[in-house]
Amino acid sequence: MVSARARNLALLGALVALLIAFPFVVRGAYPKQVAILVLLYGALGSAWNVVGGYVGRISLGHAAFFGIGAYVTMWLMTAQHITPWIGMAVGSLGAAGLALLIGWPTLRLKGHYFAMATIALGEVLRIVFNDWAFVGGASGLEAPIHVSWATLTFRSQTPYYFIALAFAVLTAGLVAFYVEGKAGYYWQAIRGDESAAASLGVDTARYKMNGLVLSAGVTGLWGGFFAVHVGFVNPDSVFDILISVQMVLVAVLGGIGSLVGPWLGALILLPLGELTRVALGGSGRGVDLLLYALVIVLITVLQPGGILALWRRHGTPRGS
Amino acid sequence: MADVLASGLLNGLVYALIAMGLALIWGIMDVINFAHGEFLMIGMYTAFWLYTLFGLDPVSTFPVAMIVLAFIGFGTYHLIIRHIMTGPPIVQILATFGLSLLLRQLAFLFFSPNYRSLPHTLVHGSLRVAGVQFGLPQAVTAAAALVAAAALFYAIYRTRWGLALLTVAEDRETASLMGVDPGRVNAQVWMVGSAAVGLAGALMTMFFYVFPGVGFNFSLLAFVAVSLGGFGSMLGAFIGGVIIGLVQSLAGFYLDPALQNAVVFGMFLLVLWLRPQGLFGRW
Repeated sequence: MVSARARNLALLGALVALLIAFPFVVRGAYPKQVAILVLLYGALGSAWNVVGGYVGRISLGHAAFFGIGAYVTMWLMTAQHITPWIGMAVGSLGAAGLALLIGWPTLRLKGHYFAMATIALGEVLRIVFNDWAFVGGASGLEAPIHVSWATLTFRSQTPYYFIALAFAVLTAGLVAFYVEGKAGYYWQAIRGDESAAASLGVDTARYKMNGLVLSAGVTGLWGGFFAVHVGFVNPDSVFDILISVQMVLVAVLGGIGSLVGPWLGALILLPLGELTRVALGGSGRGVDLLLYALVIVLITVLQPGGILALWRRHGTPRGS
Repeated sequence: MADVLASGLLNGLVYALIAMGLALIWGIMDVINFAHGEFLMIGMYTAFWLYTLFGLDPVSTFPVAMIVLAFIGFGTYHLIIRHIMTGPPIVQILATFGLSLLLRQLAFLFFSPNYRSLPHTLVHGSLRVAGVQFGLPQAVTAAAALVAAAALFYAIYRTRWGLALLTVAEDRETASLMGVDPGRVNAQVWMVGSAAVGLAGALMTMFFYVFPGVGFNFSLLAFVAVSLGGFGSMLGAFIGGVIIGLVQSLAGFYLDPALQNAVVFGMFLLVLWLRPQGLFGRW
């Protein structure tokens, strides 16, 4: 018998090989575009999941970190002519810095209060960036069109796909490393009972902060990627609360507090949203959101554990 | 300056009424309704369509909006809230948040994303009293909010019905031993809290645009008001609403009208940080 670990690794290897082969097998830009979105939101959901699923603090304002990453990358590129390769790293650090700043007062809050505080944070940033001429105000920043690897501007979707894939592997690895390690156990202890965890010697403030900073840093990195991929950033495109909601949604749909859940959720939700949009054409604007909303309500009322819980209940017995 | 304060106070009274509807549900059931602002939007559309289709003025149709919202509150409780009340906070947050998105997108689909307003309502124009200028529709809405707030206070703190609510809020089990049916009380709380926001929405159409996303900002402002006032305090929610109205107008006057809400949310983050139990919180 092969061990579970070896089998999981083999499965993972096969999955990565499949993902690498994908752009060579599938023709056309559109499927790649959708695949990029799946990777993007799978990663964002995973990042959100660290705070929402493991630490147990529901953030509805992760767009703040996403937007900071996007703006920093784009501003460095347009105003300072700094390559987005560096810009994305700086954007990621900027988002992590914001998390340090904001985590200090807000991580003491729980439940509804934390959720509302994070919404308020996202809104404050959206309003301020809308009104701030230095970063282009409401019209935002637009990347110059200059096709090269240094500016991360390509005519084809394929390079973007591979960058997204590399980042996705990085994200999944980073999140798995922390969640499977000591921090993961501490986070779950905090989620279960914070005072009990503290009484057992867990430095709860420090570990909550670690979780938020990791989550924000990854979110910021993807914000930077999103900015160069779209080639344009404005307050409504990156600080929109719907971005925060979609991160939560993929995680909840797949199953929060699991490593695979957010990826699974993104794999189901984004193609579903795209299909509705395509099927209904221009008149279908907003119908994908309507669908998302229905999914949220139904899943919370009927199956709060997400799809993974459904699968676990009806599938093979535990321990396999 | 006096004008600025007057308009802040009038807006604040409307926020106060919206916040009290939220605080009632939150305080008694410990469930927060993220769709509260969308309930407001439905109240606004109710008044808007009654005006547009039948020429009925919001001054006379607000009871209809209240009844519509009471039914929606009842339905929300029975279809959604009842099933998730005992679940973890994330489930509660997401269920009502999903509902808010659902209602907004339905409005978007059926009523189009256009901003609309009522061309001329019975109450219009502005008034100058003792050198202070203010809009008459705002004043009427604020007065109605004040009356509704007083009625709510009376009903909650001075009647047997209110006593039953407070008992359920205090201890659900004991309440049911004393012959109070918590399920019934919960449904009533949802109806009354939603009707309050229906009243606010209907009258606000006299001076505010109606569009599918109108509720989002009001939801946030109502949360801020309730958190400012403190969990479980109706008076706190009321005062919190008034404070927000005043802070908004002062921020608009001294800084930039576009930054009004950034200042309010910034203040909210500050209050959560310095005094998380709010100004009048029980806990």
